[in-house]
Amino acid sequence: MGLLAELTYRCPLHCPYCSNPLNLAAYSDELTVEEWSRVLTEAHDLGVLQLHLSGGEPLQRRDLLAIVTRAHELGFYTNLITSALSLTAAKAEQLKRAGLDHIQISIQAADPVLSDGIAGTPSYLRKVAVARTVKALGFPLTLNVVLHRHNIDQVAAILALAEELAVERLELANAQYYGWALHNRTALLPTWEQLQRAESVVQAARVRLAKQMQIIYVIPDYYSRYPKPCMGGWGRQQLTVAPNGDVLPCPAAGQITALPVENVRQRSLAWIWDDSLMFNRFRGVDWMPEPCRSCPRQTIDFGGCRCQAFQLTGDAAVTDPVCYLSPDHGIVADAVRVVNSGIEALPELVYRS
Amino acid sequence: MSDIPLTARPRLASWARLQWDAIREKQVLLGPEGVLVLNATAAAILALCDGQRSVSAIITELNTQYNHAVEQDVLTFLNRLRQKRLMECDDQE
Repeated sequence: MGLLAELTYRCPLHCPYCSNPLNLAAYSDELTVEEWSRVLTEAHDLGVLQLHLSGGEPLQRRDLLAIVTRAHELGFYTNLITSALSLTAAKAEQLKRAGLDHIQISIQAADPVLSDGIAGTPSYLRKVAVARTVKALGFPLTLNVVLHRHNIDQVAAILALAEELAVERLELANAQYYGWALHNRTALLPTWEQLQRAESVVQAARVRLAKQMQIIYVIPDYYSRYPKPCMGGWGRQQLTVAPNGDVLPCPAAGQITALPVENVRQRSLAWIWDDSLMFNRFRGVDWMPEPCRSCPRQTIDFGGCRCQAFQLTGDAAVTDPVCYLSPDHGIVADAVRVVNSGIEALPELVYRS
Repeated sequence: MSDIPLTARPRLASWARLQWDAIREKQVLLGPEGVLVLNATAAAILALCDGQRSVSAIITELNTQYNHAVEQDVLTFLNRLRQKRLMECDDQE
């Protein structure tokens, strides 16, 4: 089991595809370090082994070191997901000593102009410098790039950078359309042609770099025939704790208005996991409507993403419209058609603020 | 990725961690990619992956210990670990 601990939604970057909710202010009453310590202990007792410290930017928390120390005491494999901007060599060394296992650094593109443009702040050169520092300290490093229409043509250059940095893993994941990304969908969705080009570059690199680097490539689910197995199934392997203590089956689930959100300040993590309506509503296969109900893929993709179904149709209990069998698939097909229709004037990106 | 050669000397990847999980009462192997909960056979195989023994030495040793042929189990498991990048070896390929 894995826990995504969103320590804060504060972030120095303004990426227009940020998966954080649009109403960031609602999460400003952040859990204290003592509260996180209790949450981690309860997560450990629940069987969680993998911990992802994320945000926002987790380094914005001054008590990050204490949280990492506690996580290490509990035996988690701890991964820091960071923009790297404020990660100094001294801080990285402290985190290493405290037991941090792995670091994941995001860049926004393969050159400073585009990368800084997308991040909405000068950051690229600093990020690359920090990546080198982190490698020199002996951390295993994942480089992560969210792909979209404006940077997907740089995949070859991104691969070259990853190779030069000698990262262990490279994640090339197309934006998923939640939060700010959904807001900017028409401007961000790549074209079919762009995707095919990127994919052939990635395939060649996988062969060439097989021994030294693991390359993860994720297409936008809008282009797949079947939906993604979101979170490995609702309430099955993953849970997310938001900065204010809300506990969710996935980071976007807070927006499903029909489900009451539980919080670690009121309830134990075990109760929320085992007994809450939020975690039980879409667990297993009994909730499924057709076409999922009679589909042999129901235990492969679990009906896709509940949050996406809710966002696109207003009903979280229908088949993910990404699936070509969904009666609502037209919504996704239309969005894809628009970006492939040769439009020149893309809508302006709205930056996270 | 090609299959692991019998002459390779596998060891855990430096970023992987093997530990006892008191909740599941099993050994678990942790890495950036995810978690593997190990059964008794898998744990026995991993215990021999010290970067000194070759794959064929590991198979021989476990064949004696278990009194039945484990070759396929060992190869399947080690290839899986290699694919997940939880295992390194000084390849003799």
